Amino acid sequence: MDFGPHLMLALLEGAVLAAVLALMASGLSLVFGVMRVVNVAHGEFYMLGAVVAWAVADLVGGGPAVGFIAALILAPLIVGGLAAAADMTILKRIDYDPERTIVATIGLLYVIQQLTLMGYGPEARPVAPPFNTRIALPWIEWGAGGPSVYFPWGLSTTSYKLFVIGAAAALILAIRLVLLHSKAGLVMRATQLDSEMATAFGIPVERVYAAVFGVGAGLAALAGVLIVPIQQAHYLMGGEALLLSFIVVIIGGLGSLTGTIVAAVLIGMSDGIISVFFSPTLAKILATLLVALVLVFRPQGLFGARER
Amino acid sequence: MRASLALHLGLVAVLFALNFVLPAYAHGNIARVMTLAVYAIGYNIAFGYTGLLSLGHAMFFAAGMYGAGLLLRFTDAGAVAAFGVALACGAGLALVTGLLALRTAGVSFMIVTLMFSQACALAILYFAEYTRGDEGFVIAAASRVVAGHDLGDAQVRYLAAWALFSAAFLFSLWLVNRPMGKVLVAIRENEPRARLLGYDTFRLKLGALVISGMVSAASGAGYGLFFGYAGASFAGVQYSIFPLLWVLLGGAGTVIGPFLGTLFMFYLIDLSSGITDAYMLIAGVALIGLTLFAPQGIAGELRRRAWRGLP
Repeated sequence: MDFGPHLMLALLEGAVLAAVLALMASGLSLVFGVMRVVNVAHGEFYMLGAVVAWAVADLVGGGPAVGFIAALILAPLIVGGLAAAADMTILKRIDYDPERTIVATIGLLYVIQQLTLMGYGPEARPVAPPFNTRIALPWIEWGAGGPSVYFPWGLSTTSYKLFVIGAAAALILAIRLVLLHSKAGLVMRATQLDSEMATAFGIPVERVYAAVFGVGAGLAALAGVLIVPIQQAHYLMGGEALLLSFIVVIIGGLGSLTGTIVAAVLIGMSDGIISVFFSPTLAKILATLLVALVLVFRPQGLFGARER
Repeated sequence: MRASLALHLGLVAVLFALNFVLPAYAHGNIARVMTLAVYAIGYNIAFGYTGLLSLGHAMFFAAGMYGAGLLLRFTDAGAVAAFGVALACGAGLALVTGLLALRTAGVSFMIVTLMFSQACALAILYFAEYTRGDEGFVIAAASRVVAGHDLGDAQVRYLAAWALFSAAFLFSLWLVNRPMGKVLVAIRENEPRARLLGYDTFRLKLGALVISGMVSAASGAGYGLFFGYAGASFAGVQYSIFPLLWVLLGGAGTVIGPFLGTLFMFYLIDLSSGITDAYMLIAGVALIGLTLFAPQGIAGELRRRAWRGLP
């Protein structure tokens, strides 16, 4: 393949990663924005989403489509419920103190990860995609006789990957609409701006916190369900996803949803391109250092406008 | 003051005496616990006394381990020189990290240190040609000799670990009783007020981090030299979480806490790994339980209930 088709392939793979990252990082960003705590266990909720998707698809018969749709509905509900329960039993009791929350969610990370290892085992297991047609992509060649369209070997994507991109975009749009135009979104934004004042106006802040924590985890679980037909479900898959979503949320500015989405596209695309053309380990080293430096020299992120 | 000195010197003496009475398995375990407790002591200087919650101390531990290990692998410098180089590596890395990361505070500081540490762990994998990546490498027994004594021998290893532990332990006791130690506590409790009193808090925090990184590197180098192996898993996130866990369990901001925490956790994991492979579950449950019920740890509870003057 030439450089052009190669690049296009890299961009397509990058777009899938960007879509999943945007969804997952939105959850992290929502939790940080409203509750001002960093949820280190977020990656494990993503992993749980994938594992629950496998379990649901395994239990529900009737073809891959039925199992997948069931997983798409059930996994976020189950994971979100678990997260809300964890919020009420643990985080509420330590008063959402930022540092203690980090320590507690590190503990939660290991509990979830190790329980999954005990219950689900160390194997990686696939889930069949509901549909998976191969779509060959055309490329325009400028030959001697003018431009001509041809289909280079290897330049293709699947309908499922395109569906992941579309689904993630639709879900993110839905979150925006809910946040900006619904009663629930209004309550969340009020809690974010001033939780004491919100309490004074009769908003049940503790229930809002539990709900936000649950919704955040549910979004991670959705990302996990969407990715599992492409990548298999494995009990250690949360670690790298967590690091990437941290990177995205920091670059985008902690708590800014728009920034998060822009950063997800940026990171996903560049990860796709860099890992096609360069060594993936080197790419990760550079990306990690770059992010650390962004945080050092521009603590509010690239898009955040939060005062310090 | 005298009582506390008696307690700490007493612990050192008891550990020395244990060398002659312990059965072989426990003997090896305590040598390991003492080496790792040095790491916890180093972490405690940054976290317990100065309030710098770092999630990236594994990079200092690994800097010591690889600084010593690589030197011994590619040169014939000898164990003492390797240990010195390891300390320099840890202190240097801590200095660079601190100059950048200490511009941030709180949650950002944790994430920046986590990222730096991750970059170090990835760098170890990237230079697999020298470090052998995930697999790690064995530090040859011939190079692990100090003045004719073979560190691989159980007795020598125990005493070397004891010497390293005692040095770090008494050093931290000395440090926290000096004026600098008191100022570090002041920074932990209220940084703006410490600055108002005229202390250059940035430099003091940097100093604390460099000392902490150097002590952690000493532990890493010791672990590599005593047990003869260096591997990338020691640079992973898990090894940044461990000292946090040990210090929280034992009691952050106490001199004896890191040792107690390391000892308890080591045996907890040792016992539970006989029952299940998922031994990190214990670590997770312990972290949640500690934040919920005993944020002060063992020695912290002791200080609160029985002995207010415990350093």
